[in-house]
Amino acid sequence: MVTRTKTISGELLELKEEIEQLAKDYGLDFHPVIFEMCDYDTINILASQGGFPTRYPHWRFGMEYDQMSKNYAYGLQKIYEMVINTNPCYAYLLNVNPMVDQKIVMCHVYGHADFFKNNFWFKNTNKKMMDVMANHGTKIRRYMEKYGQDKVESFIDRVLSLENLLDINILFEKPDSLAKRERHKEYLEEEEDFDEFEGTSQALKTFISSKKRATQAKKTSNKEDEEEVVITEDDTKFPNKDIMKFLMENAPITEWESDVIGILREEAYYFLPQRITKIMNEGWASYWHSKMMTQKVMKASEVIDFADHHAGVTAMSRKNINPYKIGIELFRDIEYRWNTGKFGKEYLDCTDMAQKANWDRETNLGMEKIFDVRRTHNDITFIDEFFTKEFCERQKLFTYKFNNRTGRFEIDSKEFEEIKSKLLNALTNFGSPVIELESANYSNRGELLLRHVHQGVDLDLNLAQETMKNIFHIWKRPINLATISEDKESILHFDGKELKAEVK
Amino acid sequence: MGHPIKQDHARFRKVVKGKIRDSLKKYISQGEMPVPKSNGNFKVPMPSIDTPRFKFGDKQNGGMGQGEGEAGDPVEGQEGEGQPGQGEAGEGEGNKELDIELSLEELANILGEELELPNIEPKGKKALETTSEKYSSINYTGPDSLKHIKRSYKEALKREISLGNYDPDNPCLIPLKEDMRYRSATQSVEFENSAVVIYMMDVSGSMGDEQKEIVRTESFWINLWLKSQYKDIEIRYIIHDATAKEVDEKTFFRTRESGGTLISSAFKLCQQIIEDNYNPSEWNIYPFHFSDGDNWSTDDTKLCLEILENSIIPASNVFCYGQVESRYGSGQFYKDLNNKFGENHEDIILSKIKNKDAILDSIKDFLGKGK
Repeated sequence: MVTRTKTISGELLELKEEIEQLAKDYGLDFHPVIFEMCDYDTINILASQGGFPTRYPHWRFGMEYDQMSKNYAYGLQKIYEMVINTNPCYAYLLNVNPMVDQKIVMCHVYGHADFFKNNFWFKNTNKKMMDVMANHGTKIRRYMEKYGQDKVESFIDRVLSLENLLDINILFEKPDSLAKRERHKEYLEEEEDFDEFEGTSQALKTFISSKKRATQAKKTSNKEDEEEVVITEDDTKFPNKDIMKFLMENAPITEWESDVIGILREEAYYFLPQRITKIMNEGWASYWHSKMMTQKVMKASEVIDFADHHAGVTAMSRKNINPYKIGIELFRDIEYRWNTGKFGKEYLDCTDMAQKANWDRETNLGMEKIFDVRRTHNDITFIDEFFTKEFCERQKLFTYKFNNRTGRFEIDSKEFEEIKSKLLNALTNFGSPVIELESANYSNRGELLLRHVHQGVDLDLNLAQETMKNIFHIWKRPINLATISEDKESILHFDGKELKAEVK
Repeated sequence: MGHPIKQDHARFRKVVKGKIRDSLKKYISQGEMPVPKSNGNFKVPMPSIDTPRFKFGDKQNGGMGQGEGEAGDPVEGQEGEGQPGQGEAGEGEGNKELDIELSLEELANILGEELELPNIEPKGKKALETTSEKYSSINYTGPDSLKHIKRSYKEALKREISLGNYDPDNPCLIPLKEDMRYRSATQSVEFENSAVVIYMMDVSGSMGDEQKEIVRTESFWINLWLKSQYKDIEIRYIIHDATAKEVDEKTFFRTRESGGTLISSAFKLCQQIIEDNYNPSEWNIYPFHFSDGDNWSTDDTKLCLEILENSIIPASNVFCYGQVESRYGSGQFYKDLNNKFGENHEDIILSKIKNKDAILDSIKDFLGKGK
């Protein structure tokens, strides 16, 4: 591929070294960061491919690129910063940005790099994802050459429908699944060919090993060695949220199709930690760019530009929650509270408002606390634990609703409890409905039964129907979806031709 | 070779075009028209083509925000409104309306593919010649300004070598007159096809807004197709009730006249326009007439048929009559034309347009013969 990015040199390189040292002095801990300079077309390409220089061929990357290029051309949107969770950590700078912007971006990137390395939810992400993505591209290109681009691409379209049917717990595999992985490893070690896959795709490994298990099972069952057969038994537990994996292993599909599911599943899980830590991750990075810029990096002449840029990034919006804004404010609030001792039983039990307001035990634990928080929390626990009534009021948060009478959106509530529960709801299961696979042999007819675990908000039934069609093409037997719609329990049934709804 | 994203982009364009083709009928019957842009392209309204996933419905009807205000205050339209935050890349979700731009050719191709339209066989092929000159060959004579120095020295070198005079250590070449070579032009002749479309519409009282909307939509797509087939195209508009006049595009679709209908008035004007401006041996001429089929008298209809037979049809590639069904129209004119010329006349195409859904079929009727 043509190299479109350039490693930085000269003034920027000096700047990078200065900021890197500074970040270390502040206690940030990160894998080496490599900054690359690129023009806006390149940064649009990278951004449309999720930050990676090579992806598998698919029209939706082209769509992202199309829209992004237009937005840039019309001046609607500009990407300042992009950083990838790998080791070394790659970050991109836009060549037309002024120096002060490059400084902000660098400081911001070190915040992200620290978060990627230390946050617990990123622990199992593959730090060699750059290579893995490239390998995925090569494999899918090869499948396209062999089976036809249209065929493979439309299969990918179908699998993308399942992309949000993930089990967050996979990020922390439980002991028994770890043991299972160990077993896989043993298989892999037995077979020398597998060495070449070292450091490559996990999807490939599990795929190959599952195929291998199957063939071994045949051999062993021929020998009627019962102890060995146990491993091959279908170990899917119901209900199961990892629906992609279930289909990859159990659907009546060809090897390449199963491999494609594995590839897309691995990429989806790779991006998952970023989806569940958006507020924290952006908040943390913004906290650090602000601190580093104002305390050390910025020249006096750059104050206005910095303030303008920073204000843009952390602007409050009346229509959305800006994760940069909530994140940075929450980290600052935690730092302040732990510096002054505004936490713990004694503080919470205190009923004297004046005393509470002037509370200062000079505990000075703030810095330590925020580093601790960035290690162990995700967005849900972060909000749940540190989003206080005082904070909510200070940030002027509100919920809004559409008023049919006036025909406009109006502020609905400024109540702390309501706002917090709505916020938490929006973050639950990374903002997707919880869908569980309840049975793979529903009605004893080999049909799938999916259950939407209803938490107060109905599904979009049109989209659900289209999604079920796509699952049908993979499973090839009827698909059922149990959900609640307008307060009525119902089961949607798609048999490949038409959709029926059965209301209970 | 470009970045692989260009291929993804091409695939995306293909997907989009496929979607537009699939829903072309819907577009056309709903009167949703691509919007022409200043660069000659068209902006096509396009719903999001995101992958379907299990998602929450929009019933909750609202969200969360930050800022001043009490319960009951409007969310937007107040002071202190925050700037939109920085856009995020990659993993963004939600309904994105796509902003799709297609060129005239692309849009015409979609129409052509969907309706399986044949390319038009132009009539006045050799009429308009343009010659272009390209300096692509070499001559022995010519003006100094076209001297081809490299070729000339090459000839000199050949000569010196064959005479054995050439000394590689002292490479001195002096081209003689016979070594000289000159660039020379070859002329190529291209034939340009020009076309003129003459729209005639009955705007008498019985043609309502809906009927005009149908004519408008239909003529948009017909123009689109003809524009893609001819380099130069002129469009003239005639409206008529009992009298006819030539108008501009805007007036053509807006005017609502009332009164009687004398179709012959339009045909006479059309005939006049052709005679004055468009020599049939040089121009591809497309007269279109839209009406609800009512004419004032059988005498006038007789006159119409005469004009058609004797002057308009011989001059035209094809004469197209579209009869838009209206509550007040009798549809008599269609029958008259049909009786006179028959269903399968070579140079006349008749089409009935019942309602908006029938526009697409009617377009196919008109353009499907490749005339």
